[in-house]
Parts: sequence; structure tokens; C-alpha cells
Amino acid sequence: MSLQRTQDAESTDALLAAEEVQKYFPIRSGILKRHTADVKAVDGVSFEIRRGETLGLVGESGCGKSTLGKTMMRLLDPTGGRIYFDGEDITDVSRKRLRQLRRDMQIIFQDPGSSLNPRMNVADLITEPMRSLTDWDKTKRQNRLYELIEEVDLQENHLTRAPHEFSGGQQQRIAIARALSVNPSLIVADEPTSALDVSVQAKILNLMEDLQEKYNLTYLFISHDLSVIKHICDRVAVMYLGELAEVAPADRLFETPKHPYTRALLSGVPRANAERMDDRIILDGSVPSPEDPPSGCRFHTRCQEYIGDVCETSDPELDAVGDGHVCACHHYD
Amino acid sequence: MSVGHSDSDDDEGDGTPKGGQGSRVATGQLARARTVLRRVMQNRFAVFGLVVVVALLVTAAFAPWIAPYEPTEQNYDALKEPPSLEHPFGTDTYGRDVFSRVVFGSRYAVFLGVVIVGIEMLIGVSLGLLAGYYGGWTEAGIMRLVDISLSIPAIVLALAIAGMLGGGLFPLIVAVSLVGWRGFARLVRGDVKSVMEEEYIESANAAGLSDFRVITRYVLPNAASSIIVYATLTIPTVILWSAGLSFLGMGVQPPKPEWGAILAAGRGDIDSAWWIATFPGLAIMLTVIGFNGLGDGLRDALDPRQVR
Repeated sequence: MSLQRTQDAESTDALLAAEEVQKYFPIRSGILKRHTADVKAVDGVSFEIRRGETLGLVGESGCGKSTLGKTMMRLLDPTGGRIYFDGEDITDVSRKRLRQLRRDMQIIFQDPGSSLNPRMNVADLITEPMRSLTDWDKTKRQNRLYELIEEVDLQENHLTRAPHEFSGGQQQRIAIARALSVNPSLIVADEPTSALDVSVQAKILNLMEDLQEKYNLTYLFISHDLSVIKHICDRVAVMYLGELAEVAPADRLFETPKHPYTRALLSGVPRANAERMDDRIILDGSVPSPEDPPSGCRFHTRCQEYIGDVCETSDPELDAVGDGHVCACHHYD
Repeated sequence: MSVGHSDSDDDEGDGTPKGGQGSRVATGQLARARTVLRRVMQNRFAVFGLVVVVALLVTAAFAPWIAPYEPTEQNYDALKEPPSLEHPFGTDTYGRDVFSRVVFGSRYAVFLGVVIVGIEMLIGVSLGLLAGYYGGWTEAGIMRLVDISLSIPAIVLALAIAGMLGGGLFPLIVAVSLVGWRGFARLVRGDVKSVMEEEYIESANAAGLSDFRVITRYVLPNAASSIIVYATLTIPTVILWSAGLSFLGMGVQPPKPEWGAILAAGRGDIDSAWWIATFPGLAIMLTVIGFNGLGDGLRDALDPRQVR
């Protein structure tokens, strides 16, 4: 079904789109549990992911990237804004429709050690989504199970074991097979390699690339690791304190970063050429609290390119600064 | 322990490889049970507990064959006789064999322990699950109920209930159950809340599972080991409470050979015939220590992620 739709549709249209999406977590205090403030984890984010592409979402820990990923697939309810999947507004869809949509969007979590139910065996973990989301009969599910373990390079004698009997890399393969089982078109990968050894990371990334090609998958790839992002993404969105700072095709972003924050991030990536490490930009201070973000441009408290009052009073919009390249900075106005 | 591990137990038994699946899954569960047993065996206190509990169960099951006399058989030629070969634990004021009475008393202990803990679990686990899983007003309502009932001293509550219903086995069960379920509710609600924070619950949501399935396949199995441990550790408490209420005359009535009741009857003669009260007291103590040892051992052995 999804395959046919893929062929019918234009290859440039958006599979997933966010329109001013917000996700606030209320802070309640006092004995009456009054709503006193909000943690603005995601505060007005708009972007699109085209069918078949990999959009990287990068930012420091705590910037809201995981929250955004989970909100986009409605694992969390957005506080504001709209979310579109394949043209359909899924912001307030019914529980029933949401279940149907789960077939088309799946998620891979950061730590497979905690995202796989320790009380289930591998076969159950992988077949479970098929069982609840599809009407496939047992034979079909079994066939798919064997296809999947082949795909992610697990062995038949692994099927009856519990997840804690595996290494981190193997656990992530199990999680990938589980996500892939129902043939989704979109996979949100929430830091899928951060919990793994460096040697294993590459294997998982290659596996994800192979699977993308084979199944025409669209990835929202969340990571704080720029080298991973560079390796796998077509386009990259840089997130800072609940907002997007810059979105650009991956090669453009890494060659000509515009936003001061992106430049600071990129300058922190270790390089083989040691001389160039001199131009590292060290940011002052730490990320401000998302409970009470700075006025105007959220980055102004740490920015190297601070140009005056405008940075403190007006929140910059994402404006085009080149081919498919947008940046939210007054410097380029 | 196979609790919570449920590859083949539900509707279609998906998830087992083709060919010889049944035996392979059974092997997996057996291996797990063996691991738990091996871990219990490494703990001396737990082994002691296991031995005591097994001995108690065997005694209760084969009481008529183990006891040399009928527990209520009176013998006026042998009143208050000290322990001897004929009467290992001596005789009481009616010439009844204390050993036989203690042996038959094990049946009350096992029966009351299992039935009351079962009822407590049924009430406490269900309410704790609802509170922890749904949160919000459901949780507030249930937990306030627990708090209110906890504000009444347990012994007063139990005595009041037993007193209202009159003495006997059934009032005893009701009274002790109504005291004990709250512990289960609190424990399970806390455990469920911490399980709900786990990432695999989000993974379950992403897989579109129903509440029922999330509860039965994710929440309960992951909270099961602490429920099992708590149940094991609650059995001795329940046995103590039952004996206590019977001792106070609100539970099992003499001449039935319940340990608390025997103890109460022998209490007056502690100067002249120490054995009447001492042996049922020792039986209670041994049982309580045994279950505690087993419970401690299980707690250490049941953590699935703990690799030793």
C-alpha cells in the first residue's frame, strides 16, 4: 500500500511537515499543584521532510530535539501548531486513526537496553507491532520475522532469547527490526547510535542506509553527533533551545554554516588537520533554561556576532540565505 | 521464574521459530527458572528459608501421617506431661499431644497465609495498577483511600472487623486481608509508575498496543518480581497476624489447633508447663524467619538484568 503511494506521489513532496509546533511541559508547584510555568521544550518549529530523504536534527542535549521527534509522531501531544503526515493533518486525529498511522511511522530509541521490554524475547519483540497494527495472519508474520532477522543480521537461534542477553549493537538491530516490521514509510531515529561503541555505530549507520535504499524509507535522524549527521543526512536542521536556528542541505551546512550557533557547533568537531583547531569557537556559559528563555533571539546571550538591541528584542525568522538554506539570524537580515 | 516471561502463553504463540518451537521455549523458561534457583542456592539464609518453607508445606500436606495423635484427642492420664519420647513436645492441660497440635497447626498457617495473601494481592495489585497506570484522579482517589485506611491503626481495624463479624476463620480472613492489601497497592502503584517512565512503554505506544496489552505484557511482568518478593515477605506477616488475632481470641477458636490459639491456651501455664506455649511459638518464629529468608533470596535472584 505504502509502496504504491510512493510511486504515485511526486518525489519532492513533504511526507512529514511541522507548522509552528510547540511542546510545553507544565511545571506545577505548591500544594494545589497550580500550573506556575512551562518548560518550553519545543517552541514554534516548522520544517518539512521530503519522501525518501534523511533530515538530521542536531543540537545540544536538552535543546528539545528528542521531544520534537516524539511530538512529530504523536507519542507526545503537541501544545500548539500543526503536524502533517502525507498531507493529512494529524495534530488531533482520533486514537483509532493514530493507531493506523503508527503503521506508517515508527521510532528507534536511543538506548535499546531500555526501549526493549526486558520480559519479552526477540521474536515477540519484533512481531508485536505486526500483531497489533496489521491484519496479517500468523504465517505472514512469521515469514516477515525471518525476512527481518536476515535483514538486520540476527540469527534464528537468537529469537527465543531476552534482549539483555545481547550486546548494544545487536539490541539496536532488534529495535530496528521491530520498527521496520510493519513497513513504515517514516522512521524517527532518536539518537540511535549514541549509546553504542564507536566501532558498532558505523555498522548500524550502514545498516540504516541500506534499509533506507531497500524500503525507500524517510528518516528523521536525531543526534548530537555531527560526524554521524554528516555521514547519513541529506539535509540538516540545527536546533537551539526549542527553536530551529538553521536548516540546509548537509554539504552546504558543513561547508558554509551561516548561523553563529551552527558555526560554533561545527568548530567543535575534531578534525585530522590540527592547525585548523585554532579557530575553535568556545561558547560562553551554558544553555539558558527553557523555562525562561532569553528574549528576542534565544542565542543572543552566547552569540559571537551580537549586533545590538535587535538581537535582544526581536526573535529572528528563518529566512532564505541560499539554495534551500534558511537561517534565523539578524546578521543576515 | 516464568512470571512475566510469556512467549508462548497467549493466543497464537507467535514469535516462536518454526519447527520444534514448543520445546525450545520450554527450555528457555526452564533455564531461567534454573538460574533463579541457582542464585537462591548461593544465599545461605535463602537456602535455610527454602528448607523451612518446604518442610512446612510437607508437614501441612502429610499432617495426619506425621502426627502421632489426633490433635484434639484428650488423654486424662497424661495431663501436662513434659516432653518425652511418647510426646516429643509434651501434653497440654487436657492431655492433648502438643506435637500433633503443632503439626496440624501448620495447615492453618499455610492455608491462612496463602488465602489471605492471595486476597490482598487481588485487591492491592488491581488497585495499585489502576492508580499507577492511569494516574490523575483515578490515582488520587485510590491512594487517598489507602491513606485514610492507613490512618486507622491496623490492629484496631483488624480487631474491629473481626469483632463485628464474630470470631472464626472467615472473619479472621476478612480482617487480615483488609489490613494487608494497602501494602500491595502502595508497592504496585509505585512500581507501575516507575515502569511507566521506562522507554519500552513509549515503544509499546509506538507499536499501537492497547492498554490491556501494555498492562499485561509490559507493566505487570516488569513489576512482577517485586510483587512476588513482597508476597513472600507478606506471608509471614499474615501468619503472625492470624496467630495474633487467634491469640486474642478473635480468630480461630480453641480447641482447633491453630498456633496462636494453642499459644494463648498455654500462656497461663508457662510456669508449670512451659512446653505448651513454647513449641507453637517456636513454630511461628521458624516459619516467619524461613519465609523472610526465602523472600530475601528471591529478591536478589529475580532481577533479570543482574548477571552474576
